[in-house]
Amino acid sequence: MDNPENRKINPTIAAFDAATFNFAQYPDEHGRFGEFGGKYVAETLMEAIQELQDAYAKFRNDPELIREFETDLRDYVGRPSAMYYAARMSEAYGAQIWLKREDLNHTGAHKINNAIGQALLAKRLGKTRIIAETGAGQHGVATATVAARLGLECVVYMGSEDVARQQPNVFRMKLLGAKVVPVESGTRTLKDALNEAMRDWVTNVDNTFYIIGTVAGPHPYPQMVRDFQSVIGKEARAQMLEKTGRLPDAIVACVGGGSNAIGIFHAFLNDKDVALYGAEAGGDGVATGRHAAPLTAGRPGVLHGNRTYLMEDENGQIIGTHSISAGLDYPGVGPEHSWLKDLGRVTYDAITDAEAMSAFHDVMRYEGIIPALESAHAVAYAKKLAPQYGKDKIILVNLSGRGDKDINTVAKMEGINL
Amino acid sequence: MSRISPLFEQLRQQNRTALIPYITAGDPHPDATVGIMHALVEGGADMIELGVPFSDPMADGPVIAAAHERALAHHVGLIHVLDMVKSFRETNLKTPVILMGYQNPIEAMGTDRFAELAQAAGLDGVLTVDLPPEEAEPASKAYRAVGIDPIFLIAPTTHAERVRHIAKVASGFIYYVSLKGVTGASNLDTDALASRLQEIRSDCGLPVGVGFGIRNAETAAAVGKVADAVIIGSALVQLIADSAAVTNTDNWATLRQKLQDFMAQIRIALDKKTQN
Repeated sequence: MDNPENRKINPTIAAFDAATFNFAQYPDEHGRFGEFGGKYVAETLMEAIQELQDAYAKFRNDPELIREFETDLRDYVGRPSAMYYAARMSEAYGAQIWLKREDLNHTGAHKINNAIGQALLAKRLGKTRIIAETGAGQHGVATATVAARLGLECVVYMGSEDVARQQPNVFRMKLLGAKVVPVESGTRTLKDALNEAMRDWVTNVDNTFYIIGTVAGPHPYPQMVRDFQSVIGKEARAQMLEKTGRLPDAIVACVGGGSNAIGIFHAFLNDKDVALYGAEAGGDGVATGRHAAPLTAGRPGVLHGNRTYLMEDENGQIIGTHSISAGLDYPGVGPEHSWLKDLGRVTYDAITDAEAMSAFHDVMRYEGIIPALESAHAVAYAKKLAPQYGKDKIILVNLSGRGDKDINTVAKMEGINL
Repeated sequence: MSRISPLFEQLRQQNRTALIPYITAGDPHPDATVGIMHALVEGGADMIELGVPFSDPMADGPVIAAAHERALAHHVGLIHVLDMVKSFRETNLKTPVILMGYQNPIEAMGTDRFAELAQAAGLDGVLTVDLPPEEAEPASKAYRAVGIDPIFLIAPTTHAERVRHIAKVASGFIYYVSLKGVTGASNLDTDALASRLQEIRSDCGLPVGVGFGIRNAETAAAVGKVADAVIIGSALVQLIADSAAVTNTDNWATLRQKLQDFMAQIRIALDKKTQN
C-alpha cells in the first residue's frame, strides 16, 4: 500500500513554513486545497452549489447573521464547551491529557455547530425542506433538531446497517419529527446515505437545502463546515492559554469525514510547535483490508463532489469499509485533510476497533465520561502518543461526542445481552 | 473526428431524429453486452450509450443503479467496458459508441491511458456525469487529442451564460437532462421541453439530445419533434431487469429480441416525423 504516488506533495506548496503559511486563503476560488476539493457534481446541481456559494460568501461578511450564529451557539448549544483536565487518565497514560468536551453540547456532539450554521443559511435562502445524510446518527439528530426549531420538513438518509446499529438515534430523530429513510443500496452505510441524499437534492433542488454533516462534498461545503466547526479550536486555544498559560504540545482528533478534527485543528495550524494528529478508523487493522482509513491506506480519487484520498480497488470502485464506529465508517475524507496530510502539517494514523474499545473503557473508568466510539479513537491515539511526550507535555484530545448511542454496540462486542 | 458529427449531419439531411439507447455495460452479464449492442442497432439505434459500472452512481435512479450492481457482481471495470467496445467494432464500424459514467474509474486508470485505450477500442465520446466544465479541462483535452468527443450535460437549472460556455467546451452533441432528478424519473412535460430547447439552441450550435423521462414510443415521438436525438435508458434497463436473462444465460437470445423489438417500435414512432 505504500505507493509513492500517495505521498505526492503539491509542488506549489512543497516548501512551506507552518508558522507563516496563510491557511485561511484555502480553499482557492475554485474550491481547491492544492489538488484536492473542487466541485465534481452533475450539471443539475451546479446552479444550487453556486447559489450556496454566493449565500455563504454573504454570510461570512454579514455581522447580523454572524451574531445570530454566535447567539445560537451560546444559548442553544451551550457553548463554550468545557476544557477538562483528565487527571486520572493523565496518570495512567503518562502525559497531561486534556479533553475538549464537545460531548457536552446540546444533542451530544460537535455536529450541532455546523447544523446551526447551515440551518441559518437555509432559512436565509427561503428553503422549506431540509435533507441530511447520517452515519452514527449524530448529524441526523443535529439536523432534525435544527429543522424542528425552524419548523422545516426534514428527511434524513441513513444506511440500513447503521439504522440497525444506532437505534437510539433513529428513534431520537423520529421524535424530533424527521423522516428517517433507510438506504438499502451498496454497502448500506454512510457513503450510500450520501448518494441517496444527493439523489434527493438533485430531484428537489428548488425547495430543498442539503445540510452535509462533514467537511466533504462539493465546494463550498468543505470550507463552510470547517468554518462553522472552527469554533472548537478557537475556544480550545483560548481556554488552554487561560488554564495552563501555554499551548498544547499535541492535539488529537478522530477523522471520518473529518469535521471535528478540522474544527479543532484550524485555529492551531500556524502554531508550528503544536503537533496535530488525526486518528482514522483502523477497523480490524489496516493490514486486513477491513478498515476505514483512506489517508493511511488509500489513494486520491473523486467521490461525492470532491477530489480526496479514497479507499478504492484497482478499477476505481469504492470499496466497503469497516469500523466499529458508524461515524467513521466512510471510504473518503474531507479534501482539506488530504491536503494537510500531503503538506505534512497533520499526521494521520489508524486506530483499530480493539484499541478504540480499550480507550472507551479507560475514559469511563478513569473519568466517568461515556465517550462516543468515534472519539474513543482519538483517545486511543493519545494513549499511544503519551509515552513519546512524557508527563510534562500536554496532549489535547477532542472528545467530539458522547457515547450513550453506542452502548448497544459495546454490549454486543462484549457478548452482553442487554 | 469521431463518428458523432457525421451521424448528426446525415440525419439532419434526412430530417430524422437520432435514437440513442443506454445500457449499463456488463448487465445482465459481461458476455451478453456486445450481443445486446448489435441487437439495439438492428432495432434502429443510431448511436449507443454504454454505462460504465460504478460503485456509487449518485446521479442514477434505482433502475440504473441496480444495473450497476448487477454488472459489478461480475467485477466489470472500465478496462472490460473498453474490451466490449473493441469487440463490437469487429463487426460494426459505423455506429458511434459513447461511454457514460463517473470520474473515479477513469482517474483510477489514468486519463491519458484511458484516452489512448478508448481510441484504440473505437470509442467516439465520453460523458462523465460528475465532471462539470469547471473540472473537465484536463480530461477534455486528452479526449480531443485522440478524436474523442467530450460530451456535456445541460440541465433545466443551467442558465443561458453557462449554456454558452458548455457549448464552447463540448463537442459531438449536448445531452439535455429533461428533468430535475435522477435517471428513470417520470412526468416529462414536452411543451415546456420544446420552449426550453429553443432557448438552448439560440445559445448553442451543437445537436441536442434529450434524455431522462422517455419511456415509450409516444413520449419519444413527442420529444423527437423538438430534439436532435432521443435517449432511452431506464425503460430499456428495466426490460433487462425483468427478463429471465439476469439469472439464466439460455435466455440471452430472447432478451436481445425483446430489446430489438422495443427499439423498433420507438424507431417507427420517431420516423413518422418525416412522413408528416
